[in-house]
Amino acid sequence: MSTILKVDDINVYYGSIHAIKGISFHVEEGEIVTLIGANGAGKSTTLNTISGLLRSRTGSIMLNDKPIDHIPPHKVVEHGLAMCPEGRRIFLQMTVEENLEMGAFTVKDINMDAEKERVFELFPRLKERRNQIGGTLSGGEQQMLAMGRALMSKPHLMMMDEPSMGLAPILVEQIFEIIKSLHKEGTTILLVEQNAQAALSIADRGYVLETGKIVAEGTGAELLASPVIKRAYLGGEREEEPEKDGAYYF
Amino acid sequence: MRFLSFLISGLSLGSIYAIIALGYTMVYGIAKMLNFAHGDVIMVGSYICFFAMMRYNLPPVVGVILAVIVCTILGMVIERTAYKPLRQAPSLAVLITAIGVSYFLQNAALLLWTSSPKVFPSIIGNGKIQLGELTISHVTLLTVAVCLVIMFVLTWFTGNTRMGKAMRACSEDKGAAQLMGIDVNGTISMTFAIGSGLAAIAGVLLCSAYPTLVPTTGSMPGIKAFTAAVFGGIGSIPGAFLGGLLLGVIETFAKAYISTQLSDAVVFSVLIIVLLVRPAGLLGKVINEKV
Repeated sequence: MSTILKVDDINVYYGSIHAIKGISFHVEEGEIVTLIGANGAGKSTTLNTISGLLRSRTGSIMLNDKPIDHIPPHKVVEHGLAMCPEGRRIFLQMTVEENLEMGAFTVKDINMDAEKERVFELFPRLKERRNQIGGTLSGGEQQMLAMGRALMSKPHLMMMDEPSMGLAPILVEQIFEIIKSLHKEGTTILLVEQNAQAALSIADRGYVLETGKIVAEGTGAELLASPVIKRAYLGGEREEEPEKDGAYYF
Repeated sequence: MRFLSFLISGLSLGSIYAIIALGYTMVYGIAKMLNFAHGDVIMVGSYICFFAMMRYNLPPVVGVILAVIVCTILGMVIERTAYKPLRQAPSLAVLITAIGVSYFLQNAALLLWTSSPKVFPSIIGNGKIQLGELTISHVTLLTVAVCLVIMFVLTWFTGNTRMGKAMRACSEDKGAAQLMGIDVNGTISMTFAIGSGLAAIAGVLLCSAYPTLVPTTGSMPGIKAFTAAVFGGIGSIPGAFLGGLLLGVIETFAKAYISTQLSDAVVFSVLIIVLLVRPAGLLGKVINEKV
């Protein structure tokens, strides 16, 4: 197993706000790693920094042992990183097929039809709607399209930002099933989730983010069992009063 | 018969508006800014073509090609120096800058080429076609034909080429486009290049139909074409085409049947009415997003 992604001591600022405070973590080939944490903990900021939309003032980000922290975001994709962004961000005025084709924009010598078929096998619903305009899809279908689009470039690492956001529980289950099957096929996944329970139960390892710092890490099972995590994120039985400092909202 | 000949001259004028409006609408679609300097790029293109033909005695085709090349480069330079540094700025700042660029180009033209009007030479002669009582000049035919060709090429380009798809993706969501590996800045620059190249063609056609060339030649057609783009639904390529043609026809009919002086008032009143009924323009899409 080799390390796909290695993030070392990154610090990210929004103006004078110190959003990410020296985070380090890594993702090994074939793993699902999840970053969990409350709103504003810095999960999306971390992903956006990896994909180059934001810049870290310190440290380094290595993808397959190559530094990617000083190249423009559109070049990061060529290094084998695909992102399934928060809020899905599919192209609403393009058809399902056109959306998928955009996902393979940087890939040269691609058999577009074969790749689309591969995605359609994972998401039969998309095949039925292949000529439909993205904006007419339901939320769950749009999420599937966003995931399919990210898969089109056959990424070394697929990052997903809140894939369950705003979806009905039954759809959330479906999305997590699909993530599991992607994992079985060997896709390496970095998953950001507020739905800690679901994320930890499918993840190999997890990191807990709190106000820009990693406060806990371990295997999915360890974190699920940890009383601190249970209390803070999983809504486990709560014997004491909730924290008074306002750090936890859920 | 009078009606038909007005209609044809309206379509010809409308074709020029449509070509200019395409530049406005493409730039708006992708950079979400109104490039008010677009009309003045038309004027620059016309002067380039004028000097190529009159001073250097080059054939009209070479003059047009030169004008397109110069305007394409001019468009990219304007984008790079004036608009790119303002990519994160509020849209009002960009709008004011665009007006500034417009004045800059007009005054640069005044300095370089003086305010004395130039009489633009005909690029394809003064030939006419006689169909019964109806007379159609070659310039009119050429204008409409060029507009149709541009329309079809652009539609094909945005639908089928890599660059075209990148443009559509950027116009919808720049962040997502970047995540797909699209060079957003490069795409914006390319859009300005195409829009400005089209402006040069529009300039030559405009001056062939109305041969007085002064440094402010581009401003009124620029504003009208902007109106046409809004009329058709700004951001939409077929919208710019339809808006341009309709505006040309309405203006010509207003001149013919109502009053020459009031024709502009009629044109803008129609715009106001259309926008009251359909705020997104004739072909503008109001997208209902499902969440």
